[in-house]
Amino acid sequence: MMSYQLPPVWTKLQRHEVFPEFSHDERARYNFLANLNRFVSTAIAPGNKIAFDKRVEPAFRAVHGRSFADRHEVAAAMSNEPIYQCWGALRRSTMEMRQQNGRAVVLRQAQQLAEKVKARLAGAANLVLAKDFVVPPYLRHVDNHLMPGSYHTEYFAGDVANAANYDSGLFVTSGGMLGSLTDGGGKAIAAWVKASYPDFKPRRILDIGCGLGHNTLPIAQLYPDAEVIAIDAGAPMLRYGAARAQALGIGNVTFMQTDAADMQAFANGHFDWVQTTMFLHETGGRAIHKIFKEINRVLAVGGLNLHIEQPQYTPDMSFYEQFMRDWDAYYNAEPYWGHMHDLQPVDLMQEAGVDPADFMQVGVKAVNDLDQKKADGQVTEDYGRSPIWNVFGGWKKG
Amino acid sequence: MSNQTELSSSHAGGQADHEGIDASGVNDILMAGDKSKGGRPYFFNSAETERVMNIAMAIAAEVAVVRERIDTIERLLQTSGVLRQSDIEAFVPTDEAAEERQLWHARYAARILRIVQQELDAVAHPENNIPMQQIADEINDM
Ligand SMILES: C[S@@+](CC[C@H](N)C(=O)[O-])C[C@H]1O[C@@H](n2cnc3c(N)ncnc32)[C@H](O)[C@@H]1O
Repeated sequence: MMSYQLPPVWTKLQRHEVFPEFSHDERARYNFLANLNRFVSTAIAPGNKIAFDKRVEPAFRAVHGRSFADRHEVAAAMSNEPIYQCWGALRRSTMEMRQQNGRAVVLRQAQQLAEKVKARLAGAANLVLAKDFVVPPYLRHVDNHLMPGSYHTEYFAGDVANAANYDSGLFVTSGGMLGSLTDGGGKAIAAWVKASYPDFKPRRILDIGCGLGHNTLPIAQLYPDAEVIAIDAGAPMLRYGAARAQALGIGNVTFMQTDAADMQAFANGHFDWVQTTMFLHETGGRAIHKIFKEINRVLAVGGLNLHIEQPQYTPDMSFYEQFMRDWDAYYNAEPYWGHMHDLQPVDLMQEAGVDPADFMQVGVKAVNDLDQKKADGQVTEDYGRSPIWNVFGGWKKG
Repeated sequence: MSNQTELSSSHAGGQADHEGIDASGVNDILMAGDKSKGGRPYFFNSAETERVMNIAMAIAAEVAVVRERIDTIERLLQTSGVLRQSDIEAFVPTDEAAEERQLWHARYAARILRIVQQELDAVAHPENNIPMQQIADEINDM
């Protein structure tokens, strides 16, 4: 019991003015789910590796006279392993439950949420929605991480239900490790840039695929003199994000509906810092290159370009680990995740105008205000869910 | 069910969210369970087993919710001095109350395992296990 780490209770989430109301039982449901996730990842998931080492790999070797040649062979062999089947079924089930539970909360109060957001935005100028915006085809093709309706669906004019669900439920999936405002990634990157480049004084910052701005606001806060533009494809996310920023008293962020692959709204060299956070793996195989081309165009010479992502698959990563990291691609509906992680960041950065010699890559850990001890301590590897990321990027060469 | 597909293409458009907000088309009970896009993977060899597991996990969640609610009530009663939690731990029912409670447990267990009980009955009494089509034909002659 002493060494078992409990996830923080859901009520530790900081509630702001446009946050959905939760009943006692709705909160309890999320407490259960957070604990279920924690148990599945700490007690059941390690069984996958044990079964792999003891049964799956030896059985494969006995038949083929060799070990696995890639992660797809691992996937095929693991699919018959009962321990893996049970873990996979449970993990999928917790994701589906989290969505249904969250949707039940926000949809019953969809009217009030939309009204609260509208009232908060009255007279505010930090939201710019596009007329006739075309949602990128890859976003329409799948509901990322099993979120019905994805980021862009509006169930009625002015709707913010899916954004409110995202805001209030991410805590459950992440086991509370992203902090009370689910902004541990943004806080970490802002602090890292500030500490590493104390002389960097960006005037204009672009956050691409900002969602509802969880990780944008910490950057805006640490650089209060900068003008921050946060773009996304989803109107509900932007609307809710703009109201949330108002509610949290952050005035230097404008939320704009813009396609990252076509940022006509911005002049060449307009920004000194272009940031993406957990965004690239939710794009598409063609779009990603258009996006890097556009980043190159809107980024000023000498400007900073950073991306927070899950680790890439490198030759020194075992096929087993690649397979586990691939899980979310297929079973948590993040289909581009697998392909994207085969790309080499250094190549992508070259498309954004960063010289391979200037390419940089670091690991950052979420800054978690809820329990720094827990965040700093041993974190069980829960492939693709741990609050530890890969940051890559560089400065655009002159 | 979902009116998601129809509705997803509608776009509020423009900064002018001046249209009235009207969520009356939202069927929260059914839409909470909207399926996400993409085929659902099944991990167990039998999809039926996985279905049952999913139902069981959802019920497990509801038991946890009830447990947390009772805990809230106990703590509120303690705060307001109505009872102490130690009263609950030390509680010994009277013989009569104990029997009522045991009876509840017995009925509860029987409800949960009804299908197993009935499957055993089918094996034990094949004469009561005639296919319904056959019974229909037989009754037709009765
Ligand atoms: C996983 S979310 C990340 C949200 C946010 N960066 C964060 O860290 O909380 C990915 C976001 O990217 C947006 N997105 C995907 N493709 C886009 C595009 N081409 N242009 C603008 N936004 C896009 C989605 O709408 C979604 O909100």
